[in-house]
Amino acid sequence: MKKANVTRKELAEAVADKLGYPLSVCGNVVDCFFDTLKGSMLGGTSIKLVHFGTFSVREKNPRKGRNPRTGETITIEERQIVSFRPSKKLRARINEPR
Amino acid sequence: MNKSELIEALAQDIGLPHREAAAITNTVIDTMTEALARGESIEIRGFGSFVIKHYGSYEGRNPKTGKKIKVSPKKLPFFKVGKDLREQVNTGR
Repeated sequence: MKKANVTRKELAEAVADKLGYPLSVCGNVVDCFFDTLKGSMLGGTSIKLVHFGTFSVREKNPRKGRNPRTGETITIEERQIVSFRPSKKLRARINEPR
Repeated sequence: MNKSELIEALAQDIGLPHREAAAITNTVIDTMTEALARGESIEIRGFGSFVIKHYGSYEGRNPKTGKKIKVSPKKLPFFKVGKDLREQVNTGR
């Protein structure tokens, strides 16, 4: 059986339920929330959400890699990646016996 | 930035009072936390996804003392960045 998956839709429904906004605007509200998060990361600012975790942008140095199929050596360019570190509280919450 | 700065930025972005932006932020984060606690995954188009990985128990070592210890089974959340965000963040330089 496939595990349930939470998407923009479920988050919008939660916002509508709890805060009483019409559901029709909640999709946009949820989009705005993630756009604000994205905006901060694109500006190079990491975001620390207490009891959830930290989103940050990290620099990766260039390194030599190999095409596993052809064995060709290639250079992996310097790049920026997003990383998420869950908070202690979130990790504890996930491991709580239910 | 921390949560209150995020709330402030969100309030400005959508033109809502601080108090409402705070309620939205808390609701979204709480809903995600609850979903992860139930072992569900989260998938937000253009942003990324969260999945729970299950680890069985294994023998670990205290790196300082070298002592063997038994690590109990655990679950950890992982975030995988979405394609849009990954490409936008990677400015190359």
